[in-house]
Amino acid sequence: MSAEPAVKISRKDFVSDQDVRWCPGCGDYSILANVQRVMPELGVPRENVVFVSGIGCSSRFPYYMNTYGFHTIHGRAPAFATGIKASRPELSVWIVTGDGDGLSIGGNHLLHSIRRNVDTQILLFNNQIYGLTKGQYSPTSEVGIKTKSTPQGSIDHPVDPIAFALGCGATFIARTIDVDAKHMQEVLKRAHDHKGTAFVEILQNCPVFNDGVWEAVENRKSRATASLVLEHGEPLVFGTAGEKKGIVFKDGIPSVIDLADDDDPVERGVVVHDERAEASSYAGVLATLQRPDFPLPVGVFRAVEKPTYEAMLQAQVDSAIAERGAGDLKALLHSGDTWKI
Amino acid sequence: MTASKLKSSKPSTKIESVAIRFAGDSGDGMQLTGTKFTDETALAGNDLSTFPDFPAEIRAPAGTMAGVSGFQIHFSSHDVHTPADRPDVLIAFNPAALRANVEDVRPNGMVIVNIDSFNQKALTRAGYPDDPLPDLRKRFQLVEVPFTTLNREALQGLDLSQREIDRCKNFFALGVLCWLYGRPMEATERWLGGKFKGDVLEGNVRTLRAGHAFGETTELFPVSFVVPSAKIESGTYRNITGNQALAWGIVAAGVQLERDVFLGAYPITPASDVLHEVARYRHFGVKTFQAEDEIAAASSTIGAAFAGQLAVTISSGPGFVLKQEAIALAGMVELPLVAINVQRAGPSTGSPTKTEQGDLLAAIFGRHSQSPLPVLAPSTPGDCFHMVLEAFRIAVKYMTPVIVLSDGYIANSSEPWLIPDVDALDRHPVQFANAPDVGEFQPYSRDAQTLARPWAIPGTPGLEHRIGGLTKQNTTGNVMYDADNHGLMNRLRSEKVERIADDMPPIEIDGPLDGEILVVGWGGTVGSITAAVEAVREEGLSVSRIHLKYLNPLPRDLGEVLARFEKVLLPELSDGHLAMLLRAKYLVDVKSLSKIEGQPFKISELTEALHALHASTA
Repeated sequence: MSAEPAVKISRKDFVSDQDVRWCPGCGDYSILANVQRVMPELGVPRENVVFVSGIGCSSRFPYYMNTYGFHTIHGRAPAFATGIKASRPELSVWIVTGDGDGLSIGGNHLLHSIRRNVDTQILLFNNQIYGLTKGQYSPTSEVGIKTKSTPQGSIDHPVDPIAFALGCGATFIARTIDVDAKHMQEVLKRAHDHKGTAFVEILQNCPVFNDGVWEAVENRKSRATASLVLEHGEPLVFGTAGEKKGIVFKDGIPSVIDLADDDDPVERGVVVHDERAEASSYAGVLATLQRPDFPLPVGVFRAVEKPTYEAMLQAQVDSAIAERGAGDLKALLHSGDTWKI
Repeated sequence: MTASKLKSSKPSTKIESVAIRFAGDSGDGMQLTGTKFTDETALAGNDLSTFPDFPAEIRAPAGTMAGVSGFQIHFSSHDVHTPADRPDVLIAFNPAALRANVEDVRPNGMVIVNIDSFNQKALTRAGYPDDPLPDLRKRFQLVEVPFTTLNREALQGLDLSQREIDRCKNFFALGVLCWLYGRPMEATERWLGGKFKGDVLEGNVRTLRAGHAFGETTELFPVSFVVPSAKIESGTYRNITGNQALAWGIVAAGVQLERDVFLGAYPITPASDVLHEVARYRHFGVKTFQAEDEIAAASSTIGAAFAGQLAVTISSGPGFVLKQEAIALAGMVELPLVAINVQRAGPSTGSPTKTEQGDLLAAIFGRHSQSPLPVLAPSTPGDCFHMVLEAFRIAVKYMTPVIVLSDGYIANSSEPWLIPDVDALDRHPVQFANAPDVGEFQPYSRDAQTLARPWAIPGTPGLEHRIGGLTKQNTTGNVMYDADNHGLMNRLRSEKVERIADDMPPIEIDGPLDGEILVVGWGGTVGSITAAVEAVREEGLSVSRIHLKYLNPLPRDLGEVLARFEKVLLPELSDGHLAMLLRAKYLVDVKSLSKIEGQPFKISELTEALHALHASTA
């Protein structure tokens, strides 16, 4: 439907002419840069790319991408995106949302677009705060956080985005970090390549209203100990040389063991990561790994195949035509009982 | 030989029109019986109007007033405008159905009861302290038919359970009525053949014919009636309900505009049937989407519009207001969308199966800030087809959401419909934007006449752009908070909607072009108003009538028309929404006649109001 690009496209082609207006030091700049770097490598013509967002700092994203974009209403981007993708399956549809937009007002739509497995990439920027409205707590904020709307501390138990996505039946779930450019680009590529909903939580720092909430995993010095890099087929090992540790499961309950540098982790019983595990309970256990007791897992938790919503819908259109012939309006209006005067 | 070919040996009386109401438990099949009788009546060539009266519950306890379901049909050898204020004939399948309906029957009308169901237990459950029949015998022509017994006798020998047998008794009654009014039964038998097989089919056909034979032979009915066919414009007709017409209009829009249709909806009474119907037309390339809620239904539809589809969403009052934020976004970004509200009685959950016109102000104003949008309203079931096409035409031409207000009465009542000539349907394929020859694409550049922006869809190289709800600069569409631009954009969007008034047919006036009284109506009240106006004209009053289909913007000639009459009456099934708008806009003393009881206007209510207005000197 669109011609091969005559000129090789590059990152610059995806940069729009609008001034980027996030706060200095915001993690969103880095996410934007990495998305723009990855786009030319995906093999999708630029005119087929659509970014859909809700409301929030995250959701200003489409204005900075030189693609088709739709800045919609708070929490509803997945619903708009479902309409776009279901009617035009050939488009590459990206949803940008945040912890407030996606998990508060948007929780319902996120649930349903994930369970339908609409082939989209959902990028949820989690900064554990409401930034655009200036600092209220969000559904991922820690209990006790003191914010403008919770001067005595938040009394809400937070929800975990990974566990939520898994509960909705997500076929691809990943987590990455705003400052880890290489890792994020890999995850974004894999998310795009996945056929079905690819849910990606991006840990993002809000320097103005919730600075440093991800410090341990963002900081290169502590990252190796504070995070657990998931790689399919590799054992769950983390920590620096001389202080290596591994994750073992006993009856489905995870725990941490120390590893000597020359230990074979697998022989020591360390779990080998299987992102394609049929039982979602495996990823469910990984989702429970939270600091400080455990390192925070980053990478692809789960990647399984299931028919996508838009493919099944199109198949119904095709089979209806095959069985009944293309619609004939005249025949339709004259069907059943008619009479002539 | 089919039963209807038997020539009746009893005398028959010719009558011009009759209104019949079927009433029974929700499980008795009243809607089905009424619908089949309607189909036969349409095929017999009468003009007709029907009105089903559903209870809100799916199956209330049998024999209680809450569970009574009714269906009324008014048919005639001349023009019929309404299902009639009062039935001439009531068929009551049990005491509760009798009690709920008998006082509506006109004096000395015919009341046919299933006498088998009149036992002490049933009378008590219906709330009758004593046997009501002796009194009713004095006031009506009471006909006591043992439907249950006769039906069981007719179906003896068939391999059916007692329950299955008893469930057929409504077809026995249908057979009786087809005899009583000389209706053919072939269409019903054909329908049965398509729906059932084996002994269930045999049972229903047998009891239908047995009912007909009973009518012919019993002394309970000394006379049958003939209602000659009406003089109707020549052409091919079918019976149609408003919801059916909406569904077909949606499919037809895709054919007319040569683009795929996307319908996003969420189940809600009385609109769900439209979703069900359109979901059967995937072979037209129409995609339906049952969304997780009303908001997603609207949002997904708007997403489809962004992607270049003909986008439509449908709901009723409670769902419509949930959609308003999304509809406002569509108005702000200027995308084409058709949003249909099949109004029902409110407020809040209200009475889902009853009718009302109470959402007019919500449609025109129910969004925050300035969000003017076109609002159209069909008047009759068949009109729904044409108004949906008109809504899409306006939506695409002006790049705007268009709201269509139907109501529960139009949705479920039926009338004969002259089938439009599909070959004559003018095709106007949608035109999407192409890359500009010179310079950058400007997503908010505007057509000089309509002020519409171009429809530039994803997948088109060179037109990549972003739209959104934030205030934007004219022409470029870039986010901009500048005060002058904000004012300009508000005025442009407003002006764009106003210009639709240049694109409407002139107002049709029924009656004198000026005079004492003008009746203004909109939506489903057209039948009652027309019948009432005809009645008072015969009594010598000078009354003219207009019926608005465009509620926003209002027609350009409306003010001038209103000014030509001394008195203006505006009957509405609401608290006078349109009356308030007309008074405000035209400074005319429009008199509001408001009824908010979940029921259509009775003709008598309107004639009384017209006589009172005529007599008043104000």
